[in-house]
Amino acid sequence: MAEREEPEKKRSRIEALTENMLVDGGTTSDWQGRWDHVKKFLERAGPFTHPDFEPNTESLQFLLDTCKILVVGAGGLGCELLKDLALSGFRHIHVVDMDTIDVSNLNRQFLFRPQDVGRPKAEVAADFINRRVPGCRVIPHFKKIQDLDEMFYRQFHIIVCGLDSVIARRWINGMLLSLLVYEDGVLNTSSIIPLIDGGTEGFKGNARVILPGMTACIDCTLELYPPQINFPMCTIASMPRLPEHCIEYVRILQWPKDKPFGDGVGLDGDDPKHIQWVFQRSLERAAQFNITGVTYRLTQGVVKRIIPAVASTNAVIAAACGTEVFKIASSAYGTLNNYLVFNDVDGLYTYTFEAEKKENCSACSQVPQDMHFSPSATLQEVLNYLTDSTSLQMKSPDITTTLDGRNKTLYLQTIASIEERTRPNLGRTLKELGLVDGQELAVADVTTPQTVLFKLSFTS
Amino acid sequence: MADQKTNKEQRYDRQLRLWGDHGQEALENAHTCLLNATATGTEILKNLILPGIGAFTIVDGHRVTGEDVGNKVLWVFMVLYRPNRAQAATEFLQELNSDVSGNFVEESPDKLLDNDPEFFHRFSLVIGVQLPESTCLRLGSVLWSAGVPFLVCRTYGLVGYMRLVVKEHTVVESHPDNALEDLRLDQPFTELKNHISTYDLDSMEKKDHSHTPWIVVVAKYLENWCNEHDLQVPKNYKEKEAFRQLIREGIRKNESGAPEEEENFDEAIKNVNTALNPTKISSAVDDIFNSEQCENITSQTAAFWLMARGVRDFVQNEGNGSLPVRGTIPDMIADSDKFISLQNVYREKALQDAAVVAKHIQSHLQAVGKPPESISEQDVKLFCKNAAFLRVVRCRSLAEEYSVDSFHKDTITSCMDSPDSEMVLYLMLRAVDRFYQQHSRYPGVYNYQVEEDISTLKLCVNSLLQEYSLNVNVKDDYVHEFCRYGAAEPHTVASFLGGAAAQEAIKLITHQFVPFNNTFIYNAMAQTSTTFQL
Repeated sequence: MAEREEPEKKRSRIEALTENMLVDGGTTSDWQGRWDHVKKFLERAGPFTHPDFEPNTESLQFLLDTCKILVVGAGGLGCELLKDLALSGFRHIHVVDMDTIDVSNLNRQFLFRPQDVGRPKAEVAADFINRRVPGCRVIPHFKKIQDLDEMFYRQFHIIVCGLDSVIARRWINGMLLSLLVYEDGVLNTSSIIPLIDGGTEGFKGNARVILPGMTACIDCTLELYPPQINFPMCTIASMPRLPEHCIEYVRILQWPKDKPFGDGVGLDGDDPKHIQWVFQRSLERAAQFNITGVTYRLTQGVVKRIIPAVASTNAVIAAACGTEVFKIASSAYGTLNNYLVFNDVDGLYTYTFEAEKKENCSACSQVPQDMHFSPSATLQEVLNYLTDSTSLQMKSPDITTTLDGRNKTLYLQTIASIEERTRPNLGRTLKELGLVDGQELAVADVTTPQTVLFKLSFTS
Repeated sequence: MADQKTNKEQRYDRQLRLWGDHGQEALENAHTCLLNATATGTEILKNLILPGIGAFTIVDGHRVTGEDVGNKVLWVFMVLYRPNRAQAATEFLQELNSDVSGNFVEESPDKLLDNDPEFFHRFSLVIGVQLPESTCLRLGSVLWSAGVPFLVCRTYGLVGYMRLVVKEHTVVESHPDNALEDLRLDQPFTELKNHISTYDLDSMEKKDHSHTPWIVVVAKYLENWCNEHDLQVPKNYKEKEAFRQLIREGIRKNESGAPEEEENFDEAIKNVNTALNPTKISSAVDDIFNSEQCENITSQTAAFWLMARGVRDFVQNEGNGSLPVRGTIPDMIADSDKFISLQNVYREKALQDAAVVAKHIQSHLQAVGKPPESISEQDVKLFCKNAAFLRVVRCRSLAEEYSVDSFHKDTITSCMDSPDSEMVLYLMLRAVDRFYQQHSRYPGVYNYQVEEDISTLKLCVNSLLQEYSLNVNVKDDYVHEFCRYGAAEPHTVASFLGGAAAQEAIKLITHQFVPFNNTFIYNAMAQTSTTFQL
């Protein structure tokens, strides 16, 4: 039978033992046989290896001493990725995550323990790996990805993402595209940082390999991420039919009206008192319309837009990503080309296909995007196009242009005072705003670190 | 304790949304056995412990080696004071979730099979990892007789392999991804017909007209159509188009004769295909009704089959060839009252049908001398709601797979028409097992062995194909590759399999979602996979 020891005592004993294990306390913390399972793939020739592959003993050293990997996200996928990479020989790893640990993470984010709740994910994850895998050095960044700059991202050989937001994915995608160097229109391949991206949802997941500038990027396949469908307002406001409609009513309409926890206090999905209030009000609303099915769990799920998650799917997808990182770093095999879909609801289903690079992709195609509008169309219509089109799906675009040789802001949402000042432009026609056929518009948005250029073509 | 319960609810929240409280309960009452705490084994267990499996027992007779520690998750520290693998793994895994109880037996599976085969009877599921063929077959036979599900897993270089061995596994809640609605528009039951007749589309106020559920709209127009077409519903594309047009013409027009905005009518037109799906029982469910277990009810019959029989009786009598009504309808544009009252028509019919099914079940229970409480009303309702999605998985035994008389020659041969199909990886695994049997080691473990072992392994491949009279071509490249692997267990491949296997285990324990049947091969080189029935 296994003994049970107090967690703290155990932790310090583990650390002491690990210290003793390090041979010279420095870089060679390796014992006999440690990397045998990795060496077989680096030091032996084989019939399916990448054409550039040569068996050698230096590859292992590259993996151990030089190769730098960035893991974006330290959640369900991130924890698995860190473990996978650390146990595959990677020792220079950075991890970025802006979140802190929540109890509901513990069913799958196994680098965290109940006593870690509230602490930054990146830091606890890095700490765990550093203390338990001798020689491995994970450096945490408790930050938003947008808080780090070009200089930071440029240092990595490979970047692997375990994100839960399409916006964040597009941002990283855009960042890596901005690092590409073109000489006379030809891509300098040494400026490419491969991006491995994984995503999961319940029992479904996908993993893809992106070589920015060369293969399909995130934006090339934006239709694979259909926009979230929100219930129509008239349904929520006056003819609810489902328990979800009742909950959305309370969240969107009743909360701002009743201000139950004070003026200006927004609904915090992580506060059980807030959820309880929404739950009770939703029950009342549902009762008015004879709707059944409102539960606390459903309420929380709707308010927080919760996506169900389990350890197994995250393990599978992270492992697939980890395998690709290893292949790229070692050239041991050709990589996944380039998109893997996984679903284990009924048996286990995988589908592998090559996503195609879009010729006119707004992110990676290097050409200004075409836009067709009548000169009597309003700026609002242009704005709607930017947000509603499935291939653009912008969130809150800022539009500027050059008029009479000077920079002019047509509409900017992200700064309140400028939004107010430029709001009247939305109602004006493109002709009234002084725009001409062929006008170049520069659009900035949270979905990309670089501005996107559009070319306006007037229709009759 | 109230605190502990809420904490568990919070901790497991994200997974409770997938398998519910009852699924979680089943998981917490399960006790699984893992043979061999290798990287693959510990990963599988990790993914069962995190969601809260009740208990696990590791059986492993190995000592810990340096190589073990390289690829196993983070129990480096264990090497120095817990040199046996079973104990080391148990202690580390235990840390992941204090609700789970862990045990270990420091013994080789073969020894256990020699001395105490009944040891395995106590488990909900046995997971065997990196087992040599002979041990696997022995264990398979013991577990098959005892009726204990057996999941075989192995990671071999960049290849992952899983084999499920379970005589019969029933699933009520299969949670299909794309379930067809059960609307009965092609054969409306009385209460639905009555409800539809309370609508007079032509005389309705505009607001009511545009907020009538599309189901009602389609039902109305279908009535008209059937009256004009010899009581036949639209059958082919041409007729369906004509039917759509009929509905389109029903859209109210404004003063200038242009059609108004009536989203519910748009929905009706869009859903004509769905609406006209014939109400019929799938072959999978038919097979269940025709099974021997459903036919011969005894006092030993499991609840699943008793309920299936109850539904079958219903289908053959009160149901007039159809299953009990499911009782759910999709959301649609409508005002609250109209939607709720329509929904209630379906709901009440479902309750009614379930009650009739329950009566049938009760009479069977009585006939075999079992108390009426043996099957609860709640269970019957759940069963009826899922009647269209019932699944039964029956796997062939390992003995059947390996016997020259009963192995699936056709499956293997036809798959090998594509010589790079995952089937070649299966054949290679069988070949390396043969190699192990003959040489007590796997090919290419040490660098100096690789070259020589290629020709030896090739002989094993040939003898395998010969023994089974398989006229297929196994490319030399694969023989070379499998020697190259040197029976390595790379962590990422072990981890992939760890996730895949754990979820199959959870399916077996919770009886929700559908397990694979029966051989799964993962190719990490190409990132592809296939499932074969062998």
